[in-house]
Amino acid sequence: MELENLRFGTELLKRGFAKMQKGGVIMDVTTPDQAIIAEEAGAVAVMALHAVPADIRKMGGVARMADPAIIEAIIDAVTIPVMAKARIGHFVEAQILEALGVDMVDESEVLTPADEFHIEKTKFTIPFVCGARNLGEACRRIKEGAAMIRTKGEAGTGDVSQAVLHMRMIQGQIRSLKGMDDLQLMQVAREIEADLDLVRECARIQRIPVVNFAAGGVATPADAALMMQLGADGVFVGSGIFKSETPAAMANAIVQAVHHYDDPKLLAEVSKGLGAAMKGLDAASIPAAEALQTRGW
Amino acid sequence: MARIGVIALQGDVSEHVLAMQRALQGKGEVIEIPKAGLIPSCSGLVLPGGESTTISRQLANSGMTEELKAAAKAGVPILATCAGLVLVSKDIGGDAKVKPLGLMDIKIDRNAFGPQRESFEADLQVDGFEKPYRAIFIRAPAIAMAGAGVQVMARVGEAIVAARQKNLLALAFHPELTDDTRFHQIFLKMLEA
Repeated sequence: MELENLRFGTELLKRGFAKMQKGGVIMDVTTPDQAIIAEEAGAVAVMALHAVPADIRKMGGVARMADPAIIEAIIDAVTIPVMAKARIGHFVEAQILEALGVDMVDESEVLTPADEFHIEKTKFTIPFVCGARNLGEACRRIKEGAAMIRTKGEAGTGDVSQAVLHMRMIQGQIRSLKGMDDLQLMQVAREIEADLDLVRECARIQRIPVVNFAAGGVATPADAALMMQLGADGVFVGSGIFKSETPAAMANAIVQAVHHYDDPKLLAEVSKGLGAAMKGLDAASIPAAEALQTRGW
Repeated sequence: MARIGVIALQGDVSEHVLAMQRALQGKGEVIEIPKAGLIPSCSGLVLPGGESTTISRQLANSGMTEELKAAAKAGVPILATCAGLVLVSKDIGGDAKVKPLGLMDIKIDRNAFGPQRESFEADLQVDGFEKPYRAIFIRAPAIAMAGAGVQVMARVGEAIVAARQKNLLALAFHPELTDDTRFHQIFLKMLEA
């Protein structure tokens, strides 16, 4: 086998990477020490950030890609995959993250969007994850090359209700495609502004053709198990871990909750004595202009 | 009849179940194994791809470690892919985050090819295969050293990426992500032995 005959960055490699994350928890971290806590708790990957979403929300201003020095230090601290966020449409931030050796880019509404268009993700060697509130949005991101979808939820709130809403929306829309003939599928594709072939595929396989994680407001083991029971392939936890009273114990408990999501007795066990979860913010109290989930289309 | 158990702690479990069902063509069943107690009922086992640190930790918590070791010792065929390859090894080069099961006489280089940017597809020349095999390597490990009892089946450069030792078939890549079932067929033949 000659090393020059290798092919990089294929769709199979990108979607395959996302599949290896299934049944796992991906945790937001802002320092190498936090990354090590996450890895020791059993996280499948970490998301390297300069601030967790709850703090980004508080700070206001323009939120951008994290300092490459922070990302590099986190890459050096752990052996599990490291992800990082780029602004919606900011393909140069994504190029920088790829050059740093980040394993996956999150084109994220948590940061301030840079363009009305999303990044043309098929042009990159590394895979992307993107947020979605409904099937149309998920299909548009997959068509642009996203290898993984996550619910948008409402990041930095610790309020799981929006992630639940978005997961139910996507699942419900896919179920409603069942039994439709091709003319009806064409009509749906037009209505939700989605690629027809992707809509056909979702109808046939009764799920989206890439891994689908929950994100945005997951703050407790019970939240994580709730999202898994609703059909998530895995869970992102943002502020929920390092804004809680006992981050290491919370991280461990959420990993266990995702693994044993359908075992209430075990969920009771792992939920004991974790101290206060992040204080949080009722998503319904957020003025529409300050909601993160409406960024992107 | 064959009963293949896929260790279901984390990773691409459903892909492994489907790939094994394709290979079996109805001549056996495939079950997911999320907890201790099921391994003794299986005639073959699969350790899937995923994150080896996560799976290693879950294995230790699950009580499955001893069951897996007993099954391997009793000669039950085990197919180990990617993270699974790391877990069946004897030596992972001093990284304390993963506790390998020590079933196979191999030393592992855990992230042999680098980050996801360096993940690749390659047409492998495999010992005993007439035509090349398209293999999917995702942040793949490789076998840095293999003991005398280990049969090397394929390499990428110097790195060993497919190997067999008695009832253990260990692959650095992901046969469950493609339609080519030749490695699965080798595994199923091991069940008959």
